Amino acid sequence: MSLEISRLSFAYGRRTRLVLDDVSFSVKEGDLLAVLGPNGVGKSTMFRCILGFLRNYRGNIRLNGLDIKTLDHKEIAKHVAYIPQSTHPIFNYTVLDVVLMGLTNQVRLLGTPDQSHIDEAYAAMENLGIAHLRNAGYGEISGGERQLALIARALVQKAKILIMDEPTANLDYGNQFRVMCRISDLARDGYIIILSTHNPDHAFLYANRTLMIYGGRVIAEGTPEDVLDAGLIKDVYGVDVHIEDYQYGSRCHKLCIPIDGGIGKHEW
Amino acid sequence: MVDAEPMRSPLTTPTGAAAETRLHTAGAASAPSVSDRELPDYRLRFILLILAAFFCIIASFAVGRFSLGISDAVLILLSPAIHFAMSMDVPILGDIVRILLSPLIPVAETWDDAMYSVVWNIRLPRILAALLVGAALSTAGAAYQGMFQNPLVSPDILGASAGAGFGAALAIYFYLGTGAITIFAFAGGLVAVGTAYAVSCLTRGNPTLGMVLAGILVASLFSAATSYIKLVADTNDQLPAITYWLMGSLAGATMGDVYFAGMVIIIGLVPLYLFRWRMNVLTLGEDEAKSMGINTHLLRLIVILCATLVTAVAVSISGIIGWIGLVIPHFCRMIFGYDYRRIIPAAVIMGGGFLLLVDDFARTIATTEVPLGILTAFVGAPIFAYLLMMGGKRS
Repeated sequence: MSLEISRLSFAYGRRTRLVLDDVSFSVKEGDLLAVLGPNGVGKSTMFRCILGFLRNYRGNIRLNGLDIKTLDHKEIAKHVAYIPQSTHPIFNYTVLDVVLMGLTNQVRLLGTPDQSHIDEAYAAMENLGIAHLRNAGYGEISGGERQLALIARALVQKAKILIMDEPTANLDYGNQFRVMCRISDLARDGYIIILSTHNPDHAFLYANRTLMIYGGRVIAEGTPEDVLDAGLIKDVYGVDVHIEDYQYGSRCHKLCIPIDGGIGKHEW
Repeated sequence: MVDAEPMRSPLTTPTGAAAETRLHTAGAASAPSVSDRELPDYRLRFILLILAAFFCIIASFAVGRFSLGISDAVLILLSPAIHFAMSMDVPILGDIVRILLSPLIPVAETWDDAMYSVVWNIRLPRILAALLVGAALSTAGAAYQGMFQNPLVSPDILGASAGAGFGAALAIYFYLGTGAITIFAFAGGLVAVGTAYAVSCLTRGNPTLGMVLAGILVASLFSAATSYIKLVADTNDQLPAITYWLMGSLAGATMGDVYFAGMVIIIGLVPLYLFRWRMNVLTLGEDEAKSMGINTHLLRLIVILCATLVTAVAVSISGIIGWIGLVIPHFCRMIFGYDYRRIIPAAVIMGGGFLLLVDDFARTIATTEVPLGILTAFVGAPIFAYLLMMGGKRS
């Protein structure tokens, strides 16, 4: 399983401004790639290209060596699953139904899911600890549970590449942590995970690789520890930060702490 | 400067076990009531719904200006079958039927030709037409609501009703007769939706938004054209005919209408039923449905084609009947949940039954027929207001 993006450029319509400008990277099994960058730099556009939603890009996206422009949605869905931000749904399906939708590729064109599909969906939900919510309305559960349901839906799709658009957006502190832990477990199990995040600490804590996008270009790529430094974050986000080494037992990782620049506490 | 002591209000932990499971499930904010919930018995609800619809059908034969007993109506309906069974030459079977029916046969003699004619030539086509039109409009409404991800969409969102109204007005203006009115209305509906779809294909950006706007555009164009025909129409006979047609009625339904509409509606509803699972996925929106391997472009085209076909043909035999396609899918969701595997069959049964009920009122509450479009609004609007208030309470 591999995904290679080479010299990807994209512009909406005939506008000359490139949303993505010559983006290249590749991911392999077990990678958890955190894509960072301010709002509107083209992270979502890049995901939409990789998922085959946008087709009129320049450059190459190769899935197992095959150009995704030559694959239809059914074929892409076998290998790449999409986990959107968990928004409040318009139609309040049960959580089990939402997870079952991930099996659509395996359901006959005019058929409906059968018992084996339901068992499969249930197993995935059990795996993520949301089996007890199977009959709850997807609109009634918490944002964190919704995100886990969407992950379960992606898992039953049996795609090995999971693309997550800000999986921790709108989640409270505890749910951010729990969802990210599940995601890093999945990377350890051999899934390829590409996610966007606005929190450098998430990259430090969970990702083994990171990509910084700014103005449609990749301006830094590598392990989070090598790439994310105070200078880069100041350049991209305009915030002064201090990157601190933090030792906890045998584990050592970095933390990103914003320092004064109008952001710190007021002195009373 | 105030010296503030760090304050912390004690957190009440519900129970140790609950706190434990919560930690593992990322479910810090969920109420315990949603976990391990059992689904309602949908099969029982379907049986009750079917029974209610069946009772409506039987009762509808008896209701009307020419009053009939329910038993008479049932016997009149069964009489061809009875005659057929008794005329068969299979010796034992004929005897069995005769013995079984012997208590009924004396009763079976009680009707006269007028009653027979009312049941077979007036009430049966009207009842079948009501069932067909109600089923068509509510299923098309359910399908459109899912496809547009908007529960406030009705089946004429793409201009089907406006186009059909224009077609019918045109046929009335040229004195083309009742058959032509149906055909013109049907064609008008299809042309309007086809135009809306073509315009939406030329727009850029969000495809569903483009479609809604194109629908509004086409609908207003066709209503303007209808208004113009009304303006130039003969005020003695044409204008009332057009106005009355636009208000919707099943008073003129014939068996010919039923055969024509029934065929088209079955052709349209079968694919909607077959694609019921995929329609669930389509409600997630363009991107998510694609990411699960669905050819959204093709599926959307199929849904539009089928829903438009049934809407146009329903409007062509009944005139414009609002509200059914908007309210019944909401009712279905309240009783059967959001899953299209249940909503499609529920909308067929409930829509048919509801319009039949409304039509029974239409022909009985006043000395003249009340147009259906008026009644469905009078009945539909309060029900809808109630649903909206209930919906607000639930969430």
